[in-house]
Amino acid sequence: CIKTSKYNIITFLPVNLFEQFQEVANTYFLFLLILQLIPQISSLSWFTTIVPLVLVLTITAVKDATDDYRQCCRLLPNSTVLSLCSLRQEQWMNVRVGDIIKLENNQFVAADLLLLSSSEPHGLCYIETAELDGETNMKVRQAIPVTSELGDTSKLARFDGEVICEPPNNKLDKFGGMLYWKENKYPLSNQNMLLRGCVLRNTEWCFGLVIFAGPDTKLMQNSGRTKFKRTSIDRLMNTLVLWIFGFLVCMGVILAIGNAIWEHEVGVCFQIYLPWDEGVHSAFFSGFLSFWSYIIILNTVVPISLYVSVEVIRLGHSYFINWDKKMYCAKRRTPAEARTTTLNEELGQVEYIFSDKTGTLTQNIMVFSKCSVNGHSYGECRAPGPEPVDFSFNPLADPRFQFWDPSLLEAVNLGDPHVHEFFRLLSLCHTVMSEEKSEGELYYKAQSPDEGALVTAARNFGFVFRSRTPKTITVHELGRAITYQLLAILDFNNIRKRMSVIVRSPEGKIRLYCKGADTILLERLHPINQDLTNVTTDHLNEYAGEGLRTLVLAYKDLEESYYEDWSERLHRAGSAPEAREDYLARLYDEVEHDMMLLGATAIEDKLQQGVPETIAILTLANIKIWVLTGDKQETAVNIGYSCKMLTDDMTEVFVVTGHTPGRDLGVPHWTGHRAQLWAMLPIVPLLSLQAHALEADMEVEFLETACACKAVICCRVTPLQKAQVVELVKKYKKAVTLAIGDGANDVSMIKTAHIGVGISGQEGIQAVLASDYSFSQFKFLQRLLLVHGRWSYLRMCKFLCYFFYKNFAFTMVHFWFGFFCGFSAQTVYDQYFITLYNIVYTSLPVLAMGVFDQDVPEQRSMEYPKLYEPGQLNLLFNKREFFICIAQGIYTSVLMFFIPYGVFADATRDDGAQLADYQSFAVTVATSLVIVVSVQIGLDTGFWTAINHFFIWGSLTAYFAILFAMHSDGLFQMFPNQFRFVGNAQNTLAQPTVWLTIALTTVVCIMPVVAFRFLKLDLKPELSDTVRECGLGSEYGIPTPDGMRFRGSLTLSPGDVPRCKRKEPKTSFFL
Amino acid sequence: IYLSFSRKHEVDTLTKVHNRLIGTKGEARPSRCPDNSAFKQQKLPAWKPQLTIAAVLSCFFLTGVFCLSVGVCLIMSANSVREIQIDYSDKCSDCSKLRENSSNWNKECHCSINFMLKEDILGDVFMYYGLQNFYQNHRRYVISRSDAQLLGRNIQKSYCAPFTTYRNGTPMAPCGAIANSMFNDTIDLFYNLNSSVIQVPLLKTGNSWWTDKNVKFRNPKSYNLSSAFAGTARPPYWQKPVYLLDEEDERNNGYVNDDFIVWMRVSAFATFRNLYRRVRRIRQFADGLPAGNYTFHISYNFPVTKFKGRKHVILSTMVWSGGSNPFLGIAYVVSGTAATLTGFVITVIHLKGHQNTDLHFKNYDLIESLD
Repeated sequence: CIKTSKYNIITFLPVNLFEQFQEVANTYFLFLLILQLIPQISSLSWFTTIVPLVLVLTITAVKDATDDYRQCCRLLPNSTVLSLCSLRQEQWMNVRVGDIIKLENNQFVAADLLLLSSSEPHGLCYIETAELDGETNMKVRQAIPVTSELGDTSKLARFDGEVICEPPNNKLDKFGGMLYWKENKYPLSNQNMLLRGCVLRNTEWCFGLVIFAGPDTKLMQNSGRTKFKRTSIDRLMNTLVLWIFGFLVCMGVILAIGNAIWEHEVGVCFQIYLPWDEGVHSAFFSGFLSFWSYIIILNTVVPISLYVSVEVIRLGHSYFINWDKKMYCAKRRTPAEARTTTLNEELGQVEYIFSDKTGTLTQNIMVFSKCSVNGHSYGECRAPGPEPVDFSFNPLADPRFQFWDPSLLEAVNLGDPHVHEFFRLLSLCHTVMSEEKSEGELYYKAQSPDEGALVTAARNFGFVFRSRTPKTITVHELGRAITYQLLAILDFNNIRKRMSVIVRSPEGKIRLYCKGADTILLERLHPINQDLTNVTTDHLNEYAGEGLRTLVLAYKDLEESYYEDWSERLHRAGSAPEAREDYLARLYDEVEHDMMLLGATAIEDKLQQGVPETIAILTLANIKIWVLTGDKQETAVNIGYSCKMLTDDMTEVFVVTGHTPGRDLGVPHWTGHRAQLWAMLPIVPLLSLQAHALEADMEVEFLETACACKAVICCRVTPLQKAQVVELVKKYKKAVTLAIGDGANDVSMIKTAHIGVGISGQEGIQAVLASDYSFSQFKFLQRLLLVHGRWSYLRMCKFLCYFFYKNFAFTMVHFWFGFFCGFSAQTVYDQYFITLYNIVYTSLPVLAMGVFDQDVPEQRSMEYPKLYEPGQLNLLFNKREFFICIAQGIYTSVLMFFIPYGVFADATRDDGAQLADYQSFAVTVATSLVIVVSVQIGLDTGFWTAINHFFIWGSLTAYFAILFAMHSDGLFQMFPNQFRFVGNAQNTLAQPTVWLTIALTTVVCIMPVVAFRFLKLDLKPELSDTVRECGLGSEYGIPTPDGMRFRGSLTLSPGDVPRCKRKEPKTSFFL
Repeated sequence: IYLSFSRKHEVDTLTKVHNRLIGTKGEARPSRCPDNSAFKQQKLPAWKPQLTIAAVLSCFFLTGVFCLSVGVCLIMSANSVREIQIDYSDKCSDCSKLRENSSNWNKECHCSINFMLKEDILGDVFMYYGLQNFYQNHRRYVISRSDAQLLGRNIQKSYCAPFTTYRNGTPMAPCGAIANSMFNDTIDLFYNLNSSVIQVPLLKTGNSWWTDKNVKFRNPKSYNLSSAFAGTARPPYWQKPVYLLDEEDERNNGYVNDDFIVWMRVSAFATFRNLYRRVRRIRQFADGLPAGNYTFHISYNFPVTKFKGRKHVILSTMVWSGGSNPFLGIAYVVSGTAATLTGFVITVIHLKGHQNTDLHFKNYDLIESLD
């Protein structure tokens, strides 16, 4: 059954509630609610807890429901299901395992299907798997022969085979199973499968048998692996909540002891007027009950709305990221996207960035730039050449292709056999699919951009790959159409790092063409190539030094007899029931041997726009950037220079090589020189450290060395090693890490790092799917971190500080009152005030601050990257800040209680009537509390937008409106026992004494804060304070065209602050 | 959350596939470019307040001036209040001993306390009774009342535990611990002029809040009060039923009795004073209480010794800020002084710090000119 939604209308409430009550916080409040229902200890009405609890649950439930509903609304197109000889339309959600489904062209596959038959010959079918593995080329899938013959529906409907296969798993490229049908068994492989997420292309129709559906599909199995990430603030918050909980228990114990003593000393005598409750026979038991009563009334120190407010704020920040026009890439029409809404403030604390190179720093648009053919290097003169080579002789040429060295074309025209063979190889040895919309208008769909670039180069030089069928490849060689018989394709994979094709030319010669990584291929050449190999290696090193991506090309002629023998064995291996991959790999290995070297290609991958600037700014912000790439060392170093990670003053590029396996090589070798390493720059090739550096005792060594360096580039890293490096830094450095990448090979790294950023680029969307944030240009990273991240962190910290403060100020008053009311758990405030304080009177202003606050304008964060540092050092909210907030809250609560206490000791109204009654006291304290916390939020808010104004003034207005409404006659007449404060607001608040008390409380609570803040600002200003002060005059600042020089001048010392008071024009750019 | 993530991914995947499919059919895709609105780009116009030296200093000095002046006013007016407070829990020791034994509840006990006014007390004079160590703010005490009953309604559900009904089921009217413990001493004031004794006329109504008297408390509706309370019994500690609280004045009887209303407004702390009577300004007392000898005649009913409580009787005048309570005035003066002093301290610190910073700047200038 294909079911993507979690709830339906009936199950929603119980299932959702069950899920929500699995959260500790919610359970805790449920427990409180149950406590409140016990009359002996119920110090508060049940609704003081249930209203906020229901509110919190509702908000969460609404969020869950909308998530789920969005899902349901995106109903998949109906599918055509074959049942009993007839096709019928059925919704995807009704499709079951074992159904046979008909798919049509361009349809999306919504379950894992076994291909049975298709419109194309041999049961072939083409699919696009971009959503699955990020590869944009088309792939071929083939039905097993016995089923592909079941062409029409009546035969298919009677198909009653049985499939036994592996259990659901997340391996996208493997499938093992067996089809039992008519007493025969047929092996099934991934080649027969259409996976969920694919799109059917160039195939009119096909039939498939549903093997896995819904959450069992490989796509779902993959996406489900995302680990739930928590921010460091989250973890801190949880610790603090636990502490607060402990504090709450302590307060409860103190007050319970107080109660026992009081009942023993005083309460016993007071029993004539107030006998103990039934069942209470001793002061000790009374103290025990009062412990629970106090737990109930003091529970507001553990704020119920904290978690939900934090979520709301993060959601707001995520929307700001999604809405940011400056992170929108017009070319690709992709806005930035916060795919996870729970990590925003961690963006303001990043210390390490792990970046992929290809597609992340570079554009991943490959340009064929140089080549070496038979020891001759072409493509040298690039820049000075006035005109690119003219390809007009070739009607099939791609007009966008440019090449500056005419000698290569001359070599082609002169008929140099090596050059011809070179391009023939390029036009034959690939997996590109071609599409010819009209005559001569060719489009290539390539698995990797490198392949596309190579085939396009061959096309322009006259070796045009025209079309392919499963058995043939048609090439226009200098105008002549030649069809080669395609005998075998030896696939590329990460271990082989090469691919080959075996073709039979029209003359009948069988030849193997191979292209692949130099390290692999050069070892497999025939010894007679030695001289040529040396020259080509020089060329390769030269190319790599320029940052080009290189491939080596080779060929081999095969004897007819040998090939037949080999292909026979290949066939047998292909039908082997198990370990098929191993057999195949061994056979491939055997044939790709003693090859003849043809040459090498060099492809340029251009840097993305703004990469050097971004890296420079991020470096200034004290963020360490490590580039992890699978490329060669030379290429990586070159990219390092071109993106300004490496600069010329880092003369000693320190390369750690560890080619020889062994402990005493590589990193430990130069630990003695660590002191000097600050000036040096190691490029750490991890390839050879694979077995060693990531071992337990070596990894620390590796990490220490790497961290002592100014820049780190790890080359030759596998996807797994990328993740291992990230894990290493996470583990030992306790720093926030961010991984950014664009390809499927970055997914593990993106998932491992605290924050994963996906670049939606050329390599599909797999990285994006695994990421927490995605955008299309590396340069947006600086805005994401320095503007959004910084603000998020700042806002979250200010929010938390204020939140804890306001709850302590609110709750601790009860604690002090306990000493004056016989520790009887009498609340200070009206129960409605307690209910509404957190959810109405004080929630919105602090939310507005948490969502909108800005300390300095956004462009300042870019101009002064040092502003990012407080987040990395975790300065704005840590345990120390927490205790300061708590202390402030307690201080406020003391004044909030004792000033009215002093006044009310024997106060009377101006007409002689009572004023010192409990209800007037409650109203006075509540009013001064609301006013004090509102003034405090006013002080904390640094950026008063209209929304902040509205919320702050609105909250105050709401307080008074609700106060008067609750104390009105009407409500009292309806529910006299619930609204006992009738007439209180109008009587109490008419007294000048009360207002003078409120004013005094406000002044005494706020003025010390103002004094401390000002003195801190005056004596030890933070960089942001200074920038803010300076920024007052010019609202949006002066644009800085020469950003680098400008920023460079700000990299002095950590204590350095921009100076804004000077007037000389020379430094005016600081303003 | 784990699940919702996976769902989100999947939804996105599907959307993208759909977009692509739609796109291939040649339909226009909506622009995904975010709006250029001030809100979405976080460019909302905003006021960015800052703690500048000028703002902070003016804030402190203005606050200081304000607090000082308010404080001085408060102290001056509090000083003009005349107040006489007499503790009669010791002076009537016989009575208090008698009351310790609850079996003597129906025995009357009187005591007299003499005092002398050396000067006239001019203006309205208010008489309070004060209680010490009486925990009217105890939680179980505070909740033990039924406002519905006091509003004259029949009550089904009682909030009055443990004083709801008698054992035989007769409900108490009024019910609850607060009502049951109502202060029931009677205090009369006599003016000894020459040898004659004149009773000072005292007002026993108008002592409670208007809302209490007219909204919060209502007698049950019936043709007369005693029938309205038929079927109920007085609280155990009361000497007479609620409809006999003031037999002279129908509008001051039953639940709307002023003494009762005042008592029912529980105090915030264990020491409190409640308004008992006001001196009616007629005849000799038109300007207040003239100097001379006075006597309080107290019918002592309310036991306090058991819980180590004390009882007072207080005569006081009023000003705009209420009775004589020096706390607020002193607090204002102290905070005003503190604010002003802090203002000076801040000025000094700022000036000192500023000199250093200027030096700092000069250093920078030097460095830069060398460059």
